Amino acid sequence: MIKLNPKSSQKLSYFILFLATILAIAPVIIIVFIIVKNGLSAITWEFLTSMPKNGIREGGILPAILGTLSIVACAIIITLPIGVFAAIYLNEYARDDLFTRVIKLAIVNLAGIPSVVYGLFGLGIFVMFLRLGVSIIAGSLTLSIMELPVIITTARSALNNVPHSFREASLSLGVSRWQTIKYVVLPNAIPGILTGAVLSIARISGETAPILFTAVAFYVPRLPHSIFDQVMALPYHLYIVSTQIPCMSRKVIFGTALVLLLLVLTVNFVAIVARVYFRRHRKW
Amino acid sequence: MRLSIDTIVEAVIFICGIISVIFVVLIFGFLFKEGFDFLKDFGILRFVTGKFWYPSSNPALFGILPLVVGSLLVTFGACAVAIPIGVMAALYISEVAPKNMRDILKSSVELMAAVPSVVVGFVGMTTFVPVVKVFFNVPTGLTAFSGSIMLAFMAIPTIVTISEDAIRSVPWQYKEGALALGATKWQTLRRVVLKAAMPGIIAAIMLGIGRVIGETMAVMMITGNAACIPNSIFEPVRTMTATIAAEMGETVKGGTHYKALFAIGLVLFLITFIVNFVADLFLRKTQNR
Repeated sequence: MIKLNPKSSQKLSYFILFLATILAIAPVIIIVFIIVKNGLSAITWEFLTSMPKNGIREGGILPAILGTLSIVACAIIITLPIGVFAAIYLNEYARDDLFTRVIKLAIVNLAGIPSVVYGLFGLGIFVMFLRLGVSIIAGSLTLSIMELPVIITTARSALNNVPHSFREASLSLGVSRWQTIKYVVLPNAIPGILTGAVLSIARISGETAPILFTAVAFYVPRLPHSIFDQVMALPYHLYIVSTQIPCMSRKVIFGTALVLLLLVLTVNFVAIVARVYFRRHRKW
Repeated sequence: MRLSIDTIVEAVIFICGIISVIFVVLIFGFLFKEGFDFLKDFGILRFVTGKFWYPSSNPALFGILPLVVGSLLVTFGACAVAIPIGVMAALYISEVAPKNMRDILKSSVELMAAVPSVVVGFVGMTTFVPVVKVFFNVPTGLTAFSGSIMLAFMAIPTIVTISEDAIRSVPWQYKEGALALGATKWQTLRRVVLKAAMPGIIAAIMLGIGRVIGETMAVMMITGNAACIPNSIFEPVRTMTATIAAEMGETVKGGTHYKALFAIGLVLFLITFIVNFVADLFLRKTQNR
């Protein structure tokens, strides 16, 4: 074996590290490229705004788009206030003791539970036990529990970023603790909290396993009317058209994948831009 | 009046604060309740050591072993690819790359985490699986190997993000000390920085493993879904997660099969609980420095 001098071994190692970085970034670029290349021709106004036809082999994907939007909207409406309050508790009220440690451990574990297990739980408790049936609300509740740890963590770091002196100034004027949080801490933490919420929206839009048994149906011939309806959803639609239906046109499958990918990446991009913007325009 | 509003609001805040604990207990309780019924009837030992998963034969057999082997095989394969790439990329991004490139590189890696798993599964199925079939000359490209590679892509962002944080939080004095003794930058990186960041890197790896074990849609679409113990990584397997997702739709709600799937969910819950607990211990170690 050739023994390299330290200088050239550094060069070689850095080159290998560089290659690894390329390998880490390449998959997402390749995936986006493949889907855009094959799916772009499928995207027409009609594809986005009409009902599926001919046993969903042709036509559009409007019900799947609306289904995903309604599930995600409900989920975020449920989870955001609970998550923000939980973050307020952890950041502003909780003492550094065993009890708080247990809460933090619970959040870490909630974040690690596989999405399909959330699906099982949602099926057991919302669909069966609470008799909500397979519906938007059952799926949204399942997703909202799954997303809770992410909301709590991002909201907490947003609250934590508000300087301590802000709180002290308010408290020293005789303002109560909750009033201080409401009028001083929260307004300054809103950008961070919203960025976290937007990231969550991107994440849950693409989830399939949690809504598999709780909200979605193969095909629903009408658009969703109430939160107790079964719906179609984009990620599940992609799953069934790509695996369950024979003789499916490639164009429709790639078109569905492209719409889903665009939705998720656009929302994600908005969150990243917002984060950079707010970081630059911070008041302190 | 103000005092009472404060009291009410603070009570609500407290309840929301402990809601995570409530949910973890509730999820465990629910899985346990449904799963325990099944385990009592079928027998824990038969469930854990059974080599056959034939839920619709008569009598039905619910041996979880092939599913556990499937999950472990896919996970090990994914780790073998994702850990070296992830850690090396993290080193490059935090220590070697030009400063103005760091955020761009990190965000690009993290973008992969945003791609829905069903999209990863779909792309793997249409483009990677046929390549595996031809290249390795196997009867089907839907194998544990294909699943491992696609899952590795999904674990890499987790590993990079958390390792990079750990590497960046190594105190600068460590580096300066090594450099002052005449070590090259790479020697410093490999022998000092990497060692100091190790607890964080281990936590990153654990969280990556947690992500891979829990991944459902992509493995269901790529690994071929054959519930038997494979002889090599180039054979189809079925993971625990894919079994739940694929079979729940066909079960009679409340029946034995339904409960057996909850028992699998319980096993998954316990595995991820342990993995995350250990990861948290290591993360705490880095933060206490």
